[in-house]
Order: sequence, then structure tokens, then C-alpha cells
Amino acid sequence: MGIRFILMVNKQGQTRLAQYYEWLTLEERRALEGEIVRKCLARAEQQCSFVEHRNYKIVYRRYASLFFLVGVDNDENELAILEFIHLLVETMDRHFGNVCELDIMFHLEKAHFMLEEMVMNGCIVETSKANILAPIQLMDKSS
Amino acid sequence: MNPFSSGTRLRDMIRSIRACKTAAEERAVVRKECAAIRAAINENDHDYRHRNLAKLMFIHMLGYPTHFGQMECLKSIASSGFPEKRIGYLGLMLLLDERQEVLMLVTNSLKQDLNHTNQYIVGLALCALGNICSAEMARDLAPEVERLMQFRDPNIRKKAALCSIRIIKKVPDLAENFINPAAALLKEKHHGVLITGIQLCTDLCKVSTEALEYFRKKCLEGLVKTLRDLVNSPYAPEYDIAGITDPFLHIRLLKLLRVLGQGDEDASDCMNDILAQVATKTESNKNAGNAILYECVETIMSIEDNGGLRVLAINILGRFLSNRDNNIRYVALNMLMKAITVDAQAVQRHRATILECVKDSDASIRKRALELVYVLVNETNVKPLIKELIDYLEISDQEFKADLTAKICSIVEKFSPNKIWYIDQMLKVLTEAGNFVKDEVWHALIVVISNASDLHGYTVRALYRAFQTSTEQESLVRVAVWCIGEYGDMLVNNVGMLNIEDPITVTDSDAVDAVEVAIKRDCTDLTTKAMAMIALLKLSSRFPSCSERIRDIILQHKGNLVLELQQRSIEFNSIIEKHQNIRSALVERMPVLDEATFSGRRAGSLPATLSTSNGTSLNLPNGVAKPAAAAAPLVDLLDLNSDDAPAPSSSGGDFLQDLLGVDLSSASVQPVASHAPKAGTDVLLDLLSIGTPAQSNSSPPDILSSSKDNKLPVSTSDGLSRPPSQPVHTTSSGGAASMMDLLDGFVSNSPKPEENGPAYPSVVAYESSSLTLTFSFSKPPGNPQTTMIQATFTNLSPNVFTDFIFQAAVPKFLQLHLDPASGNTLPASGSGSITQNLRVTNSQHGKKSLVMRIRIAYKLNNKDMLEEGQINNFPRDL
Repeated sequence: MGIRFILMVNKQGQTRLAQYYEWLTLEERRALEGEIVRKCLARAEQQCSFVEHRNYKIVYRRYASLFFLVGVDNDENELAILEFIHLLVETMDRHFGNVCELDIMFHLEKAHFMLEEMVMNGCIVETSKANILAPIQLMDKSS
Repeated sequence: MNPFSSGTRLRDMIRSIRACKTAAEERAVVRKECAAIRAAINENDHDYRHRNLAKLMFIHMLGYPTHFGQMECLKSIASSGFPEKRIGYLGLMLLLDERQEVLMLVTNSLKQDLNHTNQYIVGLALCALGNICSAEMARDLAPEVERLMQFRDPNIRKKAALCSIRIIKKVPDLAENFINPAAALLKEKHHGVLITGIQLCTDLCKVSTEALEYFRKKCLEGLVKTLRDLVNSPYAPEYDIAGITDPFLHIRLLKLLRVLGQGDEDASDCMNDILAQVATKTESNKNAGNAILYECVETIMSIEDNGGLRVLAINILGRFLSNRDNNIRYVALNMLMKAITVDAQAVQRHRATILECVKDSDASIRKRALELVYVLVNETNVKPLIKELIDYLEISDQEFKADLTAKICSIVEKFSPNKIWYIDQMLKVLTEAGNFVKDEVWHALIVVISNASDLHGYTVRALYRAFQTSTEQESLVRVAVWCIGEYGDMLVNNVGMLNIEDPITVTDSDAVDAVEVAIKRDCTDLTTKAMAMIALLKLSSRFPSCSERIRDIILQHKGNLVLELQQRSIEFNSIIEKHQNIRSALVERMPVLDEATFSGRRAGSLPATLSTSNGTSLNLPNGVAKPAAAAAPLVDLLDLNSDDAPAPSSSGGDFLQDLLGVDLSSASVQPVASHAPKAGTDVLLDLLSIGTPAQSNSSPPDILSSSKDNKLPVSTSDGLSRPPSQPVHTTSSGGAASMMDLLDGFVSNSPKPEENGPAYPSVVAYESSSLTLTFSFSKPPGNPQTTMIQATFTNLSPNVFTDFIFQAAVPKFLQLHLDPASGNTLPASGSGSITQNLRVTNSQHGKKSLVMRIRIAYKLNNKDMLEEGQINNFPRDL
């Protein structure tokens, strides 16, 4: 499957977007987000971007005040996931123009639509920003 | 319109949530919003459904329950407009999961949308199906998805491909339907279709060997060509990352090649060139390039051997390992872990670097490196590696110490070349990080020390020295205290000096000082205190000059709030004070602990059940362990008697108790308890006295009804037919007593003439080809519930029985007390007998008759024999 979940968390540790590709109950999610945030946000900048947690890995990257955390299976290519996070940020940048925490908060469903075009069932669907954004722009135009 | 349901705008809700200063405020806002949304749902409000769903998603993200919105998602999906469907599907994926029954309701909508004329709606349905479909939905909708893999728009084809992955994972039987359409996708040019098609093929290979064979045969060359084209492709702005075209596609291709090449030489050969090209030509100055190299190395390591390629791969890892970027170093360590199975030598070359990584400031890197070191260790390098690790233990982070300690202990146990090295290393670990050492590890250490008789002196002196410098580490204190207690004399007299040791001068009172320090540490826990207490008792015998002082220390705990310590304190005090004669025997050095038993139990296959604990106790033939030895067969006996209650799970099952030489508790409690009838479990305690003749000597001889003994040699049938009226205690003469002496050597007091009660006939309780057991009965005056039984065993076989043991169990309404038997050897051919007295108290006297199960064990020509039976023929009214 590859990607298990994608989280966006601000530096206060508040979740700003959460997409899970495996089912967890509400309590499990809260616990997991709490644990991960505590673990990852405490790490220094020069430390590596990978944290082992339970039976999977978290690949994370910080952009300004926002952390992007991706939970992946142990056999996933960590460096590629880092690159994927960057692609996600660039895609959002292209749509929102210099994306920030508030863009994601106030346009949560748009952020999800973009993610939907990029990842399905934990696998990467599309890597071209133009292709990812085309359906979203189409919808914006029609409404 | 309902004034509540319109509610606030989404934007306003988010603002008010953001403005919340505390969690309680946030909850209040959310509660209010949820109430409004519920109201809107009840009103069946269409106008704001979109907004309400968007709000619910936000609320869901914050971690609040939103199940009440699930039906709204379904309604939204069923509506006709694209925006409604879109938010409905998103809600479906976020708020629902495949386990909910509600999901069944959506199957029909999905089917319709998969056949919709609007391709965007088809895309939505595919996406939802791919994320949440259950096995039933997979079966229902697989034909639609299969068809959509040939849809004209590539954006639908790619989603159909990923949807198929979910379907074949849910229902692997469907895999074969997807093999051909998947293979067709590999020929496409569209990157989205290619990358998803490749992932589908990879997953098909996992669930179906047929698919694997098919792709190997039909698609491998095409895939190699695709990768070559990709590597050599000119600049493609839409997919370019750091000068590389679509690294994600590179990586997926390499993954699939790995699956196809694994275990197949021809396939591996076919991809050699392109792998070499990727490995040599990919730029390694950017993350994207390194990601590809990393994947390429893994593929090279996994496919069938090609020496040249492997060298290339190991070199890449070497470069990675010396990279300054921590991410790159991390993946290098990760990959070396896999490389070790194919080329251990190459990995060994990087040992020094890996060891440096164990000391990195980054926890993730340290963890990986430690795992790697753990698999790198072998007999030849264990000494320098352990030295490094132990040196590092001193300065490592607290949170890393636990991991590091566990690994060091495990390596030391596995690879130690000799006992002294093992003991040395373990002492270092205990000194540095004793608080992190698990119980079973220091237990194992004690077992090893106990077995290394030539190192006892050395070890106890080393521990004493270590203890002088540090008393912080609990497990060091425990091991030190144990050893000082056991081998204190060797400490003082410098026994068994090795020439590597510096001589030390320790006086008797120094040794006692050490244990006193241990028992008085503020942080000392109960176990350590108990161990120290035992050590003191042992020292009191080893160093008579300190006996008084030790008694004082022990007595300080006589008022301890912990009952265990209090009791020990008082018992030990009285041993020191009153029982000088048995003390030295009581506190003898522990016999060597059995390594096999311990490691067997530690392996976890054997939880400390009674039978194993029995084994251990037998290995510790000091006085106190005996009760446990007797307990096990007893439990067997009770097991037969299934209506009889819980098997006791105590009795020194714990290694620690063995260590302490404990079971003092049961030993000291039993004699008391066996005379104190309480409940059904007393049966057990009564039975326990079987094996402890010494303790039961106190049972008064006046309960014997000896009068029938002289009749016993008479045939058993005679006993049976004896009318009840026959006087039971007719002969109370000295002649009878001497007769008894002759018969079985049982020294009994003369029968009490004042004894009178109703007379009962003797019965043959049990009879086999080799053995007869006769019971004769009497009642003590004034106590109709109690019956005295004298059991007489006669050996009918021509061989002597040795180690003769009789055991009995009774139902709960009875209480049974067994006195010691008159002997344990039964002469052959009825030329003698063993007698044993039983006392049965029937709490249901007059309602129920006696009943008993028995087991008789003995040795015949050194062979263990066992006879069992049930006795139902007791006379009534007993």
C-alpha cells in the first residue's frame, strides 16, 4: 500500500489536515497524532527526516510553520516520500499562491481534492502538477 | 427556513474555533455547531448540505465524532449535481469506512456513477471505491472497474488501475481478470497511467504467481525499455525534478523490476545493463537522484547475483554512509541491513563508520545503527565491538540506554567466548546502566556465576568493588548482595585469587557494611531488601563475629509495614538467636543453579508452571525446597479430581523465589495451616504434609487405633466379611504392640484403653495384583464427624517396593489429614506392611459417606510404578 496517512500539523501541534488510508477509530487517531507530533516536532532541524514509530515510519518535512508528516510502510523509499511531500507543497503553492496554514484551514476540502488526485488508497496516482490541478480548476471555473 | 439550521458560514465557524483559547472553549463551539448541523439534518435541509458536510469534515479533523453526518454523505452522493457529489464522496472517504454497514447503501450509487456519462463523476466514484471498498463491493463492481481500465481518458484509466489494486487485495481470486488489462497499461506513454499500471502489476505479482510469470515473460523487455527511455529522456518540464524526469516513475519501475528479477536468473540478466546505467549515471547531489539510487541499490541487492553490480551497489552505500546529510546516512544504514544477507564482508568493512553512527545525536540514526551492529557481531569482532558499546553506554542519552543495554546484554550472552569475559562485561553494564537491565538478564547472570565455581571469589570481589563506587543501579545492588551472601567468605579470605586481580582487604564487618548499605538505600525496593535480608542471614553464619550486629540490622525490620519483610525479620531473628544448631545447615551455599532449566523457562515456552518449578526445587535439595517437591504430584492428583478446585499456582514458581531459596513461606506456613481446617482448599494443605514427614511429627500418637493391626495379615476377605458387631479394640496388650513391631517396625505407643466409639468393619480399600490396601476405622469419642483410618499396605509381589508413597485426595466436604507413614519400603510377598494413619473430617456427616481417591507410587527394581484408584466402599455413617 505504501502511504498509510498524511498529516499536516502546525508548530503548535494542531492538526490542520488528516487523511488516513487505513481505518483507525477516532481515539486511535487522536492518540496517534499526539504521539507523532510529540516525537517529530521535538527533533532538531539537522536531524534526519525519518522517525520510526510503532511498526511504520514517519517521513516529515517542515515548511514555515507547517509540518507535513507522512506515515509509510517500512519498505517504502523514504527519500521518494520526501520528494513527494515537496511535490504536494509545490502543487498547493501553484493553486493557492504561496500556500500557508490558513489556506489549508479555510479550504480544507480543496486541499483534500488535490490530495485525492495525487494519492489513492496509499499509492501515488499522478505526479504532474498540471494534471493534478486540472479538475480543481475546472470546478472553480464552473462555480 | 429554520433559523438554526442556516447556522454560521464555514469560514465563521473556523474563525471561532481558531479564536478558542482553551480546549473547553473549542468543545463548546463544536458542540454548538454539531447541534445546528443535526437540526439541519433533521429538517432535511438541502440548501446547506454542502456547507454542513464541509463543516463536519473540519470537525472530524479536529477529532470529534461525526457519525451523524454519514447519511448526509450518501444523500449528497445520490444527488445529481457535480459539486454535491464531490463533497459527498469526500465525506464518504473521510467519515466512513469499509466496516460500516451504511457503506452497503452506497454500492448502488457507485455503480451508477461508474457508468455515468460525465467522466469527472466516473473519476470521483473510482477514487472513492479505490479508497474504501469492501470485499463485497469489490466483487459487485469489479467488472465496471475492469472495463474502465480501457476508458478513452487516461485520467480514468489511472484511477481504475489503482482501484483494481484495492479490489485484488480484498478479493485475490479476481486477480487473473486484471492481468491482461494491467499488462496493456505498461505500454502507455501517460505517466499517470504508467505509474499506476506498474503499481498494479507489482501488487498482482504479490497475490498471483501466474501474474508474476506472465509479466516476466511478456512485459520485462518493455519495462526495461521504458526505464531506459525515461533515464535518457530529454527535459520534460511537467515531470522534471532536479534535472531528473519523474523520479517517482523511476522508483516504481525499479520496484517492479526487483519483483520480476527476484529468484529468476534470466530476468535478472535482462535488467543488468539498465540497472548499471541507473547506478552510474544518476546524479547524486540532489535528493531526487539519491532516492533513485537508493531504490536501484535495493533492486540490485534483491535480484539474482551479479558480482559487478553488487560492487557498484556497495560503493553507492559507502558513499551514502559518509554523506553529511543525515537522511542519506539513515537510508544507507537501512540498506546495509538488507545488504548484510548478500554480502556480509562488504558490510563489515564499514563497521567503524556504523559504530560511529551508534553514537550519533540523532535518535533515528542511532536506532538503525544499533540494529545493524547487532547483526554485524560475530565471534571474532565481539570483544572490540562490545568495548565500544559499553564505553558509549556511559555517555548515551537516558532514553537510548534501555535499547542499548538490551542489545549489549543480548550480544554478550550470545557471543561470550568465556565465562570470565561474560561476567566482566555484565558487571560493567550493571554498573553503568543496571537500572535498565531486565530481570531475566540479571537472573541469567546469577545462574552463570553460580555455575562458574572457579570464579566465585573473583566475581564477589569485583562486585564488591563495583558496589563501593556505585549504589545507584538497582540490579547491580541485587547481584552484589546475592553474591556477598553466597560467597561472603571468599570475599573476606581472598579465596580463588586470579592473577589479574588486585588483592583487596575486606573484613567481615566490611562485607556486612555493604549489605547494610544496600538494605538502607532510600530507593531500595522490596525485592532488593528481601535479597539483602537473606544475604544477612547467610553472613550471620559465615561470620559468627558479626552475628549480633546482623541480628540488630534484621530486627530493624520487625515492624516493617510490608508483611513479608516483617515476617522474615522475626523468623531470621529467631534463627540467629535460638537455632544456632540448624542455622549453618539452613544457610548453606545455594547449590549450583541449573542452566538448562533456567534457559528453558526463559525461552518462554514454559511458563513457570508448577511442574517446572518442581523440577527446579528438586535441583535445590536444601531443606526448604522440599515442600514444593511434594506439591507437584499432589496437584496432579487433584487434577484427576476435576471437581476439586483451583490448582495452586504458588509454590515457588518464580525464579526469584528459587534464588532467595525461598519457599520459606510455604515451609513455615504449612504445618500451621494443615492443622487449621478452614475451607475446601485445606485439602491441599493437608495433602502437602505428605511429603514433609519432619514437620508432621508433632501429630499426636493418641489418634491411633492400633487394635486392628494385628488382624491385618489376616486375609483381606476376612476383613470384609467381619461383622460390624465384632469388637474393634479387643487387644490392648503389650503382646499386640510387640506383634506390631514385628510386623512393620512401627513404634507406636500403647493403644489408649479409654478410647471407645462405635465400631466399624475394616475394608479392603484397594487391591491390585501386587498390592493390597486395608482401611480400619475408629471414631474419637465425642466427635462423630471425624474418623480415624489406619491404612495398611501389603505387598503381594515377590519383589520389594522402595520409595513407597501413598497420596490421597477427597472432595471438598471432607478434610483429610495424613500422618507420616511407618516406612517407605514394603517387603516382598506379604512379609511385612506399611501403615499410615489418616484423619478424615466429614462436614456432611450423616448425609454423605466418605469417598477418596488414592495414588500409590513406588519403585519396583528401580522402576517407577504408579497405581491409582477410587475408594467408594467406606462403611456408611462415617
